[in-house]
Amino acid sequence: MQINKETNLPIIEIENVSFAYDKELVLEDINLEVFEKDFLVLIGPNGGGKSTLIKLILGIYQTNKGSIKILSQPLEKKLAEIGYVPQNTNVNINFPIKAIEVVMMGQKSHKQALIGYKKEEIAYAMHLLKQVGMEEFAQSKIGSLSGGQRQRVMIARALCSNPKILFLDEPTSNIDADGQKCIYKLLKELNKRVTIVVISHDISIILDYATKVAHINKKLAFHDLSAIKKEFTTDDGHICEVELLQMLGKSR
Amino acid sequence: MIEALSYDFMQNALIAGILVSLISGVIGSLIVVNRMVFLAGGIAHAAYGGIGIAIYSGFSIFLGTTVFAVIAALFMAFVTINQREKIDTFIGLIWAVGMAIGIIFVDLTPGYNVDLMSYLFGSILAVNDDDLYFMGLLFIVVLFIVTFWYRDILAVSYDSEYAALRGINVKLFYTLILILSALTVVIAIKVVGLILVIALLTIPIYIAQSLSSSLYMMMISSGFIATFFTIVGLWISYSYNLTSGACIILVAALSLMIFMIGVKIK
Repeated sequence: MQINKETNLPIIEIENVSFAYDKELVLEDINLEVFEKDFLVLIGPNGGGKSTLIKLILGIYQTNKGSIKILSQPLEKKLAEIGYVPQNTNVNINFPIKAIEVVMMGQKSHKQALIGYKKEEIAYAMHLLKQVGMEEFAQSKIGSLSGGQRQRVMIARALCSNPKILFLDEPTSNIDADGQKCIYKLLKELNKRVTIVVISHDISIILDYATKVAHINKKLAFHDLSAIKKEFTTDDGHICEVELLQMLGKSR
Repeated sequence: MIEALSYDFMQNALIAGILVSLISGVIGSLIVVNRMVFLAGGIAHAAYGGIGIAIYSGFSIFLGTTVFAVIAALFMAFVTINQREKIDTFIGLIWAVGMAIGIIFVDLTPGYNVDLMSYLFGSILAVNDDDLYFMGLLFIVVLFIVTFWYRDILAVSYDSEYAALRGINVKLFYTLILILSALTVVIAIKVVGLILVIALLTIPIYIAQSLSSSLYMMMISSGFIATFFTIVGLWISYSYNLTSGACIILVAALSLMIFMIGVKIK
Protein backbone atom coordinates (compact mmCIF):
# COMPACT_ATOMS: atom_id res chain seq x y z
CA MET A 1 0.00 0.00 0.00
CA GLN A 2 2.80 2.38 0.99
CA ILE A 3 4.78 1.68 -2.19
CA ASN A 4 1.68 2.07 -4.27
CA LYS A 5 1.03 5.53 -2.90
CA GLU A 6 4.53 6.75 -3.64
CA THR A 7 4.53 5.70 -7.26
CA ASN A 8 0.96 6.71 -7.88
CA LEU A 9 0.39 10.25 -6.64
CA PRO A 10 -3.20 11.40 -6.31
CA ILE A 11 -4.42 13.37 -9.28
CA ILE A 12 -6.92 15.30 -7.13
CA GLU A 13 -6.33 16.00 -3.44
CA ILE A 14 -9.12 17.57 -1.43
CA GLU A 15 -8.21 18.45 2.13
CA ASN A 16 -10.60 19.59 4.87
CA VAL A 17 -12.79 21.48 2.43
CA SER A 18 -15.93 23.21 3.72
CA PHE A 19 -18.33 25.34 1.74
CA ALA A 20 -21.42 27.37 2.61
CA TYR A 21 -23.97 29.25 0.51
CA ASP A 22 -24.65 32.37 2.57
CA LYS A 23 -24.77 30.85 6.05
CA GLU A 24 -25.96 27.38 5.15
CA LEU A 25 -23.18 24.82 5.31
CA VAL A 26 -23.37 22.55 2.26
CA LEU A 27 -20.11 20.67 2.54
CA GLU A 28 -18.29 20.00 5.78
CA ASP A 29 -14.75 18.80 6.19
CA ILE A 30 -14.44 16.96 2.89
CA ASN A 31 -11.35 14.84 2.32
CA LEU A 32 -10.89 12.94 -0.90
CA GLU A 33 -8.08 11.61 -3.03
CA VAL A 34 -8.64 10.58 -6.62
CA PHE A 35 -5.96 8.57 -8.42
CA GLU A 36 -5.14 8.21 -12.06
CA LYS A 37 -7.64 6.13 -14.07
CA ASP A 38 -10.07 5.91 -11.18
CA PHE A 39 -13.73 5.73 -12.13
CA LEU A 40 -15.28 7.52 -9.19
CA VAL A 41 -19.03 7.84 -8.80
CA LEU A 42 -20.46 10.49 -6.50
CA ILE A 43 -23.79 9.51 -5.02
CA GLY A 44 -26.03 11.03 -2.39
CA PRO A 45 -29.35 12.82 -1.96
CA ASN A 46 -30.36 15.89 -3.98
CA GLY A 47 -29.03 18.98 -2.29
CA GLY A 48 -26.40 16.85 -0.56
CA GLY A 49 -23.57 18.82 -2.17
CA LYS A 50 -22.39 16.63 -5.08
CA SER A 51 -22.62 19.31 -7.76
CA THR A 52 -21.23 21.87 -5.34
CA LEU A 53 -18.14 19.72 -4.78
CA ILE A 54 -17.56 19.43 -8.53
CA LYS A 55 -17.99 23.18 -8.96
CA LEU A 56 -15.44 23.75 -6.21
CA ILE A 57 -12.95 21.48 -7.98
CA LEU A 58 -13.62 23.35 -11.22
CA GLY A 59 -13.05 26.69 -9.54
CA ILE A 60 -16.57 27.93 -10.32
CA TYR A 61 -17.07 28.37 -6.57
CA GLN A 62 -14.35 29.25 -4.07
CA THR A 63 -13.81 27.14 -0.97
CA ASN A 64 -14.46 28.72 2.41
CA LYS A 65 -11.94 26.45 4.08
CA GLY A 66 -9.44 23.79 3.08
CA SER A 67 -7.49 23.20 -0.11
CA ILE A 68 -7.96 21.49 -3.46
CA LYS A 69 -4.95 20.42 -5.47
CA ILE A 70 -4.80 19.06 -8.99
CA LEU A 71 -1.64 17.08 -9.79
CA SER A 72 -0.06 18.46 -6.59
CA GLN A 73 -0.51 22.03 -7.83
CA PRO A 74 -2.99 24.70 -6.76
CA LEU A 75 -6.24 24.43 -8.64
CA GLU A 76 -5.92 27.59 -10.77
CA LYS A 77 -2.75 26.36 -12.48
CA LYS A 78 -4.19 23.07 -13.60
CA LEU A 79 -7.71 23.93 -14.74
CA ALA A 80 -6.79 22.91 -18.29
CA GLU A 81 -6.30 19.33 -17.06
CA ILE A 82 -10.00 19.13 -16.25
CA GLY A 83 -12.80 18.43 -18.67
CA TYR A 84 -16.35 19.18 -17.58
CA VAL A 85 -19.71 18.00 -18.85
CA PRO A 86 -22.40 20.05 -17.10
CA GLN A 87 -25.81 18.87 -16.02
CA ASN A 88 -28.94 19.76 -17.97
CA THR A 89 -27.97 19.69 -21.57
CA ASN A 90 -31.64 20.28 -22.32
CA VAL A 91 -31.43 23.99 -21.67
CA ASN A 92 -31.05 26.47 -24.49
CA ILE A 93 -32.15 23.90 -27.07
CA ASN A 94 -33.32 26.44 -29.65
CA PHE A 95 -29.91 28.08 -29.73
CA PRO A 96 -28.64 28.26 -33.31
CA ILE A 97 -25.34 26.44 -32.92
CA LYS A 98 -23.91 23.42 -34.72
CA ALA A 99 -22.54 20.40 -32.87
CA ILE A 100 -19.03 21.10 -34.14
CA GLU A 101 -19.19 24.70 -32.89
CA VAL A 102 -20.12 23.44 -29.44
CA VAL A 103 -17.08 21.16 -29.48
CA MET A 104 -14.81 24.02 -30.54
CA MET A 105 -15.97 26.05 -27.54
CA GLY A 106 -13.66 23.77 -25.56
CA GLN A 107 -10.60 24.89 -27.52
CA LYS A 108 -7.95 26.84 -25.63
CA SER A 109 -8.25 30.49 -26.54
CA HIS A 110 -4.60 31.06 -27.52
CA LYS A 111 -4.92 28.40 -30.19
CA GLN A 112 -7.84 30.17 -31.82
CA ALA A 113 -7.78 32.05 -35.10
CA LEU A 114 -8.33 35.81 -35.11
CA ILE A 115 -11.54 35.41 -37.10
CA GLY A 116 -13.58 32.24 -37.38
CA TYR A 117 -12.09 28.77 -37.01
CA LYS A 118 -8.70 27.38 -38.08
CA LYS A 119 -8.53 24.30 -40.29
CA GLU A 120 -6.63 22.34 -37.61
CA GLU A 121 -9.27 23.24 -35.04
CA ILE A 122 -12.03 21.93 -37.26
CA ALA A 123 -10.06 18.75 -37.99
CA TYR A 124 -9.41 18.22 -34.28
CA ALA A 125 -13.07 18.79 -33.40
CA MET A 126 -14.07 16.27 -36.07
CA HIS A 127 -11.60 13.79 -34.61
CA LEU A 128 -13.19 14.22 -31.18
CA LEU A 129 -16.70 13.88 -32.60
CA LYS A 130 -15.55 10.65 -34.24
CA GLN A 131 -14.33 9.38 -30.87
CA VAL A 132 -17.77 9.86 -29.39
CA GLY A 133 -19.44 8.49 -32.51
CA MET A 134 -21.02 11.76 -33.58
CA GLU A 135 -19.01 12.75 -36.67
CA GLU A 136 -21.97 12.49 -39.02
CA PHE A 137 -23.88 15.04 -36.93
CA ALA A 138 -21.11 17.67 -36.91
CA GLN A 139 -23.13 20.15 -38.98
CA SER A 140 -26.45 19.45 -37.20
CA LYS A 141 -28.10 22.09 -35.06
CA ILE A 142 -27.60 21.06 -31.44
CA GLY A 143 -31.35 21.26 -30.76
CA SER A 144 -32.13 18.68 -33.45
CA LEU A 145 -30.10 15.97 -31.64
CA SER A 146 -31.48 13.57 -29.06
CA GLY A 147 -30.54 13.95 -25.40
CA GLY A 148 -27.97 11.17 -25.61
CA GLN A 149 -26.42 12.53 -28.78
CA ARG A 150 -26.21 15.99 -27.27
CA GLN A 151 -24.53 14.55 -24.21
CA ARG A 152 -21.90 12.90 -26.41
CA VAL A 153 -21.23 16.23 -28.11
CA MET A 154 -20.71 17.77 -24.65
CA ILE A 155 -18.26 14.99 -23.83
CA ALA A 156 -16.36 15.77 -27.04
CA ARG A 157 -16.25 19.43 -25.99
CA ALA A 158 -14.85 18.45 -22.60
CA LEU A 159 -12.16 16.34 -24.30
CA CYS A 160 -11.05 19.30 -26.41
CA SER A 161 -8.37 20.46 -23.97
CA ASN A 162 -7.05 16.88 -23.76
CA PRO A 163 -7.82 16.67 -20.03
CA LYS A 164 -6.47 14.13 -17.55
CA ILE A 165 -9.69 14.18 -15.55
CA LEU A 166 -13.25 14.24 -16.82
CA PHE A 167 -16.14 15.39 -14.63
CA LEU A 168 -19.70 14.58 -15.58
CA ASP A 169 -22.74 15.86 -13.70
CA GLU A 170 -25.59 13.36 -14.11
CA PRO A 171 -24.74 12.53 -17.70
CA THR A 172 -27.59 10.07 -18.13
CA SER A 173 -30.53 11.92 -16.65
CA ASN A 174 -33.28 12.59 -19.23
CA ILE A 175 -31.76 10.06 -21.62
CA ASP A 176 -33.40 6.87 -22.86
CA ALA A 177 -31.97 3.46 -21.94
CA ASP A 178 -30.11 2.92 -25.22
CA GLY A 179 -28.56 6.36 -24.99
CA GLN A 180 -27.44 5.65 -21.41
CA LYS A 181 -25.76 2.40 -22.40
CA CYS A 182 -23.97 4.18 -25.20
CA ILE A 183 -22.62 6.83 -22.83
CA TYR A 184 -21.46 4.26 -20.26
CA LYS A 185 -19.62 2.34 -22.96
CA LEU A 186 -17.99 5.53 -24.12
CA LEU A 187 -16.95 6.44 -20.58
CA LYS A 188 -15.49 2.97 -20.05
CA GLU A 189 -13.45 3.38 -23.23
CA LEU A 190 -12.28 6.86 -22.16
CA ASN A 191 -11.40 5.56 -18.71
CA LYS A 192 -8.46 3.69 -20.27
CA ARG A 193 -6.64 7.02 -20.51
CA VAL A 194 -8.68 9.53 -18.48
CA THR A 195 -9.70 9.62 -14.84
CA ILE A 196 -13.48 9.86 -14.59
CA VAL A 197 -15.61 11.42 -11.86
CA VAL A 198 -19.37 11.07 -12.36
CA ILE A 199 -22.34 12.25 -10.36
CA SER A 200 -25.07 9.70 -10.86
CA HIS A 201 -28.22 8.29 -9.39
CA ASP A 202 -27.96 5.31 -11.66
CA ILE A 203 -27.30 2.03 -9.87
CA SER A 204 -26.04 0.17 -12.92
CA ILE A 205 -23.12 2.55 -13.37
CA ILE A 206 -21.97 1.83 -9.82
CA LEU A 207 -22.20 -1.92 -10.22
CA ASP A 208 -20.78 -2.25 -13.72
CA TYR A 209 -18.29 0.56 -14.24
CA ALA A 210 -17.25 2.34 -11.06
CA THR A 211 -14.06 1.49 -9.21
CA LYS A 212 -14.75 3.87 -6.33
CA VAL A 213 -17.81 5.44 -4.80
CA ALA A 214 -18.16 8.49 -2.59
CA HIS A 215 -21.42 9.19 -0.80
CA ILE A 216 -21.92 12.88 -0.20
CA ASN A 217 -24.46 14.35 2.14
CA LYS A 218 -22.75 17.37 3.63
CA LYS A 219 -20.03 14.94 4.70
CA LEU A 220 -18.27 12.46 2.51
CA ALA A 221 -18.02 8.69 2.92
CA PHE A 222 -15.57 6.95 0.63
CA HIS A 223 -15.67 3.34 -0.59
CA ASP A 224 -13.18 1.43 -2.71
CA LEU A 225 -15.41 -0.86 -4.70
CA SER A 226 -12.80 -3.38 -5.79
CA ALA A 227 -12.43 -4.48 -2.17
CA ILE A 228 -16.09 -4.16 -1.28
CA LYS A 229 -17.49 -5.97 -4.27
CA LYS A 230 -15.65 -9.14 -3.18
CA GLU A 231 -17.07 -8.82 0.29
CA PHE A 232 -20.60 -8.64 -1.06
CA THR A 233 -20.19 -11.37 -3.61
CA THR A 234 -21.88 -14.66 -2.86
CA ASP A 235 -20.23 -18.01 -3.46
CA ASP A 236 -21.83 -18.40 -6.88
CA GLY A 237 -20.40 -15.08 -8.05
CA HIS A 238 -23.45 -12.82 -7.65
CA ILE A 239 -23.19 -9.45 -6.03
CA CYS A 240 -25.74 -8.81 -3.30
CA GLU A 241 -26.88 -5.52 -4.82
CA VAL A 242 -29.31 -4.53 -2.12
CA GLU A 243 -26.85 -4.98 0.73
CA LEU A 244 -24.10 -3.27 -1.23
CA LEU A 245 -26.26 -0.25 -1.95
CA GLN A 246 -27.48 -0.08 1.63
CA MET A 247 -23.91 -0.03 2.78
CA LEU A 248 -22.95 2.68 0.26
CA GLY A 249 -25.93 4.75 1.29
CA LYS A 250 -24.75 5.08 4.86
CA SER A 251 -22.91 8.29 5.50
CA ARG A 252 -20.28 6.75 7.65
CA MET B 1 -41.32 54.50 -54.76
CA ILE B 2 -38.75 55.46 -57.41
CA GLU B 3 -40.01 59.02 -57.76
CA ALA B 4 -40.17 59.27 -53.96
CA LEU B 5 -36.43 58.73 -53.86
CA SER B 6 -35.86 62.06 -55.55
CA TYR B 7 -36.64 63.62 -52.16
CA ASP B 8 -33.69 63.94 -49.79
CA PHE B 9 -35.72 62.93 -46.77
CA MET B 10 -36.81 59.72 -48.49
CA GLN B 11 -33.23 58.87 -49.39
CA ASN B 12 -32.20 59.43 -45.79
CA ALA B 13 -35.14 57.39 -44.56
CA LEU B 14 -34.21 54.51 -46.84
CA ILE B 15 -30.53 54.51 -45.84
CA ALA B 16 -31.46 54.80 -42.14
CA GLY B 17 -34.00 52.02 -42.50
CA ILE B 18 -31.46 49.67 -44.08
CA LEU B 19 -28.71 50.48 -41.56
CA VAL B 20 -31.02 50.08 -38.57
CA SER B 21 -32.42 46.83 -39.97
CA LEU B 22 -28.99 45.31 -40.47
CA ILE B 23 -27.85 46.33 -36.98
CA SER B 24 -31.13 45.10 -35.47
CA GLY B 25 -30.57 41.75 -37.16
CA VAL B 26 -27.18 41.30 -35.52
CA ILE B 27 -27.93 42.73 -32.09
CA GLY B 28 -31.53 41.44 -32.06
CA SER B 29 -30.11 37.93 -32.57
CA LEU B 30 -27.87 38.40 -29.54
CA ILE B 31 -30.77 39.77 -27.51
CA VAL B 32 -33.01 36.82 -28.42
CA VAL B 33 -30.45 34.04 -27.84
CA ASN B 34 -29.46 35.61 -24.53
CA ARG B 35 -33.13 35.88 -23.58
CA MET B 36 -32.83 39.61 -22.99
CA VAL B 37 -35.86 40.71 -25.01
CA PHE B 38 -37.65 42.40 -22.14
CA LEU B 39 -34.41 43.74 -20.84
CA ALA B 40 -34.04 45.54 -24.17
CA GLY B 41 -37.68 46.64 -23.85
CA GLY B 42 -36.91 48.08 -20.43
CA ILE B 43 -33.93 49.98 -21.80
CA ALA B 44 -36.03 51.28 -24.72
CA HIS B 45 -38.61 52.74 -22.34
CA ALA B 46 -36.00 53.97 -19.91
CA ALA B 47 -34.44 55.84 -22.84
CA TYR B 48 -37.50 58.11 -22.74
CA GLY B 49 -35.97 59.58 -19.59
CA GLY B 50 -33.04 60.67 -21.75
CA ILE B 51 -35.41 62.24 -24.29
CA GLY B 52 -37.11 64.25 -21.54
CA ILE B 53 -33.85 65.46 -20.01
CA ALA B 54 -32.50 66.41 -23.45
CA ILE B 55 -35.64 68.42 -24.29
CA TYR B 56 -35.51 70.18 -20.92
CA SER B 57 -31.86 71.09 -21.03
CA GLY B 58 -31.81 71.81 -24.73
CA PHE B 59 -29.02 69.55 -25.89
CA SER B 60 -29.18 67.00 -28.71
CA ILE B 61 -31.99 64.52 -28.17
CA PHE B 62 -30.03 61.77 -29.86
CA LEU B 63 -27.14 62.34 -27.48
CA GLY B 64 -29.41 62.51 -24.44
CA THR B 65 -31.12 59.27 -25.36
CA THR B 66 -27.84 57.53 -26.04
CA VAL B 67 -26.23 58.52 -22.76
CA PHE B 68 -29.32 57.70 -20.74
CA ALA B 69 -29.84 54.32 -22.45
CA VAL B 70 -26.21 53.34 -21.93
CA ILE B 71 -26.45 54.30 -18.25
CA ALA B 72 -29.61 52.20 -17.98
CA ALA B 73 -27.76 49.28 -19.63
CA LEU B 74 -24.79 49.60 -17.29
CA PHE B 75 -27.13 49.75 -14.30
CA MET B 76 -28.91 46.60 -15.50
CA ALA B 77 -25.60 44.82 -16.10
CA PHE B 78 -24.41 45.78 -12.64
CA VAL B 79 -27.51 44.64 -10.76
CA THR B 80 -28.20 41.45 -12.73
CA ILE B 81 -24.74 40.08 -13.38
CA ASN B 82 -24.72 37.91 -10.28
CA GLN B 83 -28.43 37.48 -9.73
CA ARG B 84 -30.17 36.99 -13.03
CA GLU B 85 -33.23 35.64 -11.24
CA LYS B 86 -34.06 39.16 -10.03
CA ILE B 87 -33.89 40.56 -13.53
CA ASP B 88 -37.68 40.97 -13.93
CA THR B 89 -37.94 43.27 -10.95
CA PHE B 90 -35.20 45.55 -12.23
CA ILE B 91 -36.61 45.59 -15.76
CA GLY B 92 -39.93 46.81 -14.34
CA LEU B 93 -38.06 49.39 -12.33
CA ILE B 94 -36.03 51.00 -15.12
CA TRP B 95 -38.98 50.71 -17.52
CA ALA B 96 -41.30 52.76 -15.31
CA VAL B 97 -38.78 55.09 -13.68
CA GLY B 98 -37.20 56.03 -17.03
CA MET B 99 -40.58 56.97 -18.50
CA ALA B 100 -41.57 58.87 -15.37
CA ILE B 101 -38.36 60.91 -15.46
CA GLY B 102 -38.98 61.69 -19.13
CA ILE B 103 -42.53 62.88 -18.53
CA ILE B 104 -41.57 65.07 -15.56
CA PHE B 105 -38.79 66.77 -17.51
CA VAL B 106 -41.08 67.39 -20.48
CA ASP B 107 -43.64 68.90 -18.03
CA LEU B 108 -40.94 71.16 -16.65
CA THR B 109 -39.94 72.38 -20.10
CA PRO B 110 -41.48 75.81 -20.65
CA GLY B 111 -43.43 76.65 -23.79
CA TYR B 112 -44.32 74.38 -26.65
CA ASN B 113 -43.58 70.69 -26.19
CA VAL B 114 -42.01 68.65 -28.94
CA ASP B 115 -44.15 66.08 -30.69
CA LEU B 116 -43.87 63.13 -28.35
CA MET B 117 -45.64 60.84 -30.76
CA SER B 118 -42.56 60.88 -32.96
CA TYR B 119 -40.53 59.22 -30.19
CA LEU B 120 -43.21 56.73 -29.34
CA PHE B 121 -43.80 55.68 -32.94
CA GLY B 122 -40.67 56.77 -34.76
CA SER B 123 -39.85 59.54 -37.17
CA ILE B 124 -37.80 57.93 -39.90
CA LEU B 125 -38.79 60.64 -42.38
CA ALA B 126 -37.07 63.20 -40.13
CA VAL B 127 -33.69 61.44 -40.12
CA ASN B 128 -30.92 63.96 -40.79
CA ASP B 129 -27.31 63.52 -41.90
CA ASP B 130 -25.95 63.48 -38.35
CA ASP B 131 -28.27 60.63 -37.46
CA LEU B 132 -27.03 58.74 -40.50
CA TYR B 133 -23.38 59.21 -39.47
CA PHE B 134 -24.16 57.89 -36.01
CA MET B 135 -25.99 54.87 -37.47
CA GLY B 136 -23.14 54.21 -39.91
CA LEU B 137 -20.59 54.39 -37.12
CA LEU B 138 -22.59 52.04 -34.91
CA PHE B 139 -22.94 49.63 -37.83
CA ILE B 140 -19.16 49.52 -38.25
CA VAL B 141 -18.57 49.12 -34.49
CA VAL B 142 -21.11 46.29 -34.26
CA LEU B 143 -19.62 44.49 -37.26
CA PHE B 144 -16.11 44.89 -35.85
CA ILE B 145 -17.00 43.55 -32.39
CA VAL B 146 -19.10 40.66 -33.66
CA THR B 147 -16.46 39.63 -36.21
CA PHE B 148 -13.46 39.64 -33.91
CA TRP B 149 -15.12 38.38 -30.74
CA TYR B 150 -17.64 36.08 -32.38
CA ARG B 151 -16.44 32.96 -30.59
CA ASP B 152 -16.37 34.57 -27.17
CA ILE B 153 -19.82 36.09 -27.70
CA LEU B 154 -21.10 32.73 -28.95
CA ALA B 155 -19.65 30.89 -25.96
CA VAL B 156 -20.97 33.40 -23.42
CA SER B 157 -24.43 33.37 -25.02
CA TYR B 158 -24.70 29.60 -25.37
CA ASP B 159 -23.21 28.46 -22.08
CA SER B 160 -21.87 31.23 -19.87
CA GLU B 161 -20.74 28.88 -17.09
CA TYR B 162 -18.60 26.86 -19.48
CA ALA B 163 -17.30 30.03 -21.11
CA ALA B 164 -16.14 31.22 -17.70
CA LEU B 165 -14.32 27.91 -17.20
CA ARG B 166 -12.47 28.45 -20.45
CA GLY B 167 -11.26 31.78 -19.14
CA ILE B 168 -13.61 34.06 -21.08
CA ASN B 169 -14.56 37.27 -19.26
CA VAL B 170 -18.29 36.57 -19.08
CA LYS B 171 -19.18 39.76 -17.21
CA LEU B 172 -17.39 41.91 -19.75
CA PHE B 173 -19.20 40.34 -22.69
CA TYR B 174 -22.55 40.39 -20.90
CA THR B 175 -22.12 44.11 -20.29
CA LEU B 176 -20.93 44.65 -23.85
CA ILE B 177 -24.01 42.91 -25.28
CA LEU B 178 -26.22 45.12 -23.08
CA ILE B 179 -24.48 48.33 -24.15
CA LEU B 180 -24.74 47.37 -27.83
CA SER B 181 -28.41 46.60 -27.24
CA ALA B 182 -28.92 50.03 -25.70
CA LEU B 183 -27.26 51.77 -28.67
CA THR B 184 -29.30 49.70 -31.10
CA VAL B 185 -32.47 50.58 -29.23
CA VAL B 186 -31.62 54.27 -29.50
CA ILE B 187 -31.29 54.21 -33.29
CA ALA B 188 -34.25 51.87 -33.68
CA ILE B 189 -36.37 54.40 -31.75
CA LYS B 190 -35.69 56.82 -34.60
CA VAL B 191 -37.11 54.36 -37.12
CA VAL B 192 -40.01 52.63 -35.39
CA GLY B 193 -40.34 54.44 -32.06
CA LEU B 194 -39.74 53.14 -28.57
CA ILE B 195 -43.07 51.33 -28.30
CA LEU B 196 -42.41 49.26 -31.40
CA VAL B 197 -38.68 48.72 -30.94
CA ILE B 198 -39.14 45.28 -29.46
CA ALA B 199 -41.06 44.07 -32.50
CA LEU B 200 -38.24 45.10 -34.83
CA LEU B 201 -35.73 43.39 -32.56
CA THR B 202 -37.66 40.12 -32.36
CA ILE B 203 -39.92 39.38 -35.34
CA PRO B 204 -37.21 39.12 -38.03
CA ILE B 205 -35.04 37.18 -35.58
CA TYR B 206 -37.80 34.73 -34.78
CA ILE B 207 -38.17 33.89 -38.48
CA ALA B 208 -34.40 33.70 -38.96
CA GLN B 209 -33.91 31.47 -35.93
CA SER B 210 -35.88 28.61 -37.39
CA LEU B 211 -34.05 28.94 -40.71
CA SER B 212 -30.49 29.06 -39.35
CA SER B 213 -28.25 26.47 -37.79
CA SER B 214 -25.63 28.90 -36.54
CA LEU B 215 -25.59 32.27 -34.86
CA TYR B 216 -23.88 34.19 -37.64
CA MET B 217 -26.32 32.78 -40.21
CA MET B 218 -29.11 33.94 -37.93
CA MET B 219 -27.59 37.43 -37.67
CA ILE B 220 -27.19 37.78 -41.43
CA SER B 221 -30.63 36.44 -42.33
CA SER B 222 -32.33 38.52 -39.60
CA GLY B 223 -30.63 41.59 -41.02
CA PHE B 224 -31.92 40.94 -44.51
CA ILE B 225 -35.40 39.98 -43.34
CA ALA B 226 -35.59 43.18 -41.26
CA THR B 227 -34.39 45.22 -44.25
CA PHE B 228 -37.15 43.72 -46.37
CA PHE B 229 -39.79 44.62 -43.76
CA THR B 230 -38.48 48.14 -43.43
CA ILE B 231 -38.45 48.83 -47.18
CA VAL B 232 -41.91 47.38 -47.74
CA GLY B 233 -43.23 49.22 -44.65
CA LEU B 234 -41.73 52.50 -45.83
CA TRP B 235 -43.23 52.06 -49.26
CA ILE B 236 -46.71 51.42 -47.83
CA SER B 237 -46.26 54.35 -45.45
CA TYR B 238 -45.34 56.66 -48.34
CA SER B 239 -48.06 55.42 -50.67
CA TYR B 240 -50.93 55.66 -48.21
CA ASN B 241 -49.59 58.46 -45.98
CA LEU B 242 -49.51 56.31 -42.83
CA THR B 243 -47.12 56.30 -39.81
CA SER B 244 -43.97 54.58 -41.02
CA GLY B 245 -43.04 52.76 -37.78
CA ALA B 246 -46.45 51.18 -37.47
CA CYS B 247 -46.41 50.13 -41.15
CA ILE B 248 -43.01 48.45 -40.77
CA ILE B 249 -44.13 46.54 -37.71
CA LEU B 250 -47.42 45.44 -39.27
CA VAL B 251 -45.61 44.21 -42.39
CA ALA B 252 -43.29 42.25 -40.08
CA ALA B 253 -46.14 40.82 -38.01
CA LEU B 254 -48.12 39.83 -41.10
CA SER B 255 -45.07 38.14 -42.60
CA LEU B 256 -44.46 36.29 -39.35
CA MET B 257 -48.04 35.02 -39.44
CA ILE B 258 -47.70 33.82 -43.03
CA PHE B 259 -44.35 32.23 -42.15
CA MET B 260 -45.82 30.38 -39.16
CA ILE B 261 -48.76 29.12 -41.19
CA GLY B 262 -46.30 28.01 -43.89
CA VAL B 263 -44.25 26.08 -41.33
CA LYS B 264 -47.40 24.42 -39.95
CA ILE B 265 -48.57 23.32 -43.39
CA LYS B 266 -45.15 21.96 -44.28
